[in-house]
Amino acid sequence: MKCDVIIVGAGPGGSMAAKTAAEAGLDVVLLEKRQEIGDPVRCAEGVGKRALCQMVKPEPEWIASEVKGARIYSPDGRSIVMSEDKSGSEVGYVLERKVFDRGLAMLAARAGAKVMVKTRALGLLKKEGVPCGITAMRIGEPLRIEAPIIIGADGVESKVGRWAGIDTTLKLKDIESCAQFLVYDPCIDDEYTEFYLGNSIAPSGYAWSFPKGEKLANVGLGIQGSRSRPGEATRLLHEFMKSHFPNGKVVEMVVGGDPCAGIIESATADGVMLVGDAARQTDPLTGGGILNAMEAGIIAGEVAVKAITSGKVSRAGLKEYEDRWRESIGRHLARSLEFKEFFVKLTDKDLNLLFGSLAKEDISKMDLPSMLRVLFKLNPKLLWDLRHLVV
Amino acid sequence: MLTVNRYKCCYCGACVGVCPTCALELVETWLEVSADCKECGICTKICPVGALEVKA
Repeated sequence: MKCDVIIVGAGPGGSMAAKTAAEAGLDVVLLEKRQEIGDPVRCAEGVGKRALCQMVKPEPEWIASEVKGARIYSPDGRSIVMSEDKSGSEVGYVLERKVFDRGLAMLAARAGAKVMVKTRALGLLKKEGVPCGITAMRIGEPLRIEAPIIIGADGVESKVGRWAGIDTTLKLKDIESCAQFLVYDPCIDDEYTEFYLGNSIAPSGYAWSFPKGEKLANVGLGIQGSRSRPGEATRLLHEFMKSHFPNGKVVEMVVGGDPCAGIIESATADGVMLVGDAARQTDPLTGGGILNAMEAGIIAGEVAVKAITSGKVSRAGLKEYEDRWRESIGRHLARSLEFKEFFVKLTDKDLNLLFGSLAKEDISKMDLPSMLRVLFKLNPKLLWDLRHLVV
Repeated sequence: MLTVNRYKCCYCGACVGVCPTCALELVETWLEVSADCKECGICTKICPVGALEVKA
């Protein structure tokens, strides 16, 4: 079998790449190793409304609920509230990822991409050392697909990058170990996404409640891998449930690893581009990755079109992808990484102090940078290491 | 050797992403461990449910 572009992984990044390339007339094959796209979910499902709508027109069934903003709790239980339009890229909609992921794959299919499920990439075909396709297994049968461009959108497990010589292995400090329950509890706030900070709740991470409507919410937490032990995320989530949602009924369980590594050295090799979690494009501070993956997928799709048209599929020919994602997503990731590296060092006492200092400020209309400016003004000593980020 | 408790494993693939020798592969609900496993134990630490264990 031959085509122009093979995309490995039908998550939001892979599907957007497939859609973009297929719309421009390329012959696209989109592979998904699971038999069902989008299932099982490995995500808290929060996404910024505006940014999502800039990339795709959301179908009503993709969205479980819409929130008014974010409420953030300090370790001692004080809270601050930020409105939806100011709270950044993980607040706005709470998605139904099983439906959303399949919806995006459908957009790719409608644009002309060939979607193949239960088809697992096994390795890269190479001609004189240069990738020229993949070997795969489709429902237990071997399959060879030749294509000059391979896009690795294969998530946290990312193999395509490693086969192409890009080291995407995550160090324990660069991945969050996460556990989440879908919880029914009458005390769930349906209107606000909630974040809970504290080293005893979630060491070097946070706990969350992302409402999905009618007193249902994704309640979960993530902890830094370097502070994790076997089963620790699930154990802490049980503790968190006991203290915050003691009467909550768990109707689904989700676990996963979330890259929070900052920028990888290279997301391209000869004939290969990596997008989304595979390229570690997740926001290291929030763990949010859907929008970055989609944006990277669109860029990769556009660059694939140019590369196929010009015949320049070498790493140098794919440089535009590298340049564009670094300019848009990368800059944001670098900043978030600095915040993360700083915040994971804070003690609960530090965090309580920071929240306490905001008690007399009206922050309801502030966005993150202006809140940071206020925090810096009130706590210059504690936040001194972040001074270059306060603009 | 590295053992997978298949009754605990929630097949999330976090272990696959941290494996330094690329020895793990997730196939639907089945985690495969290849001969490349060096029993370093990194994957056991990241597992959110504690399904992985290096046994002597």
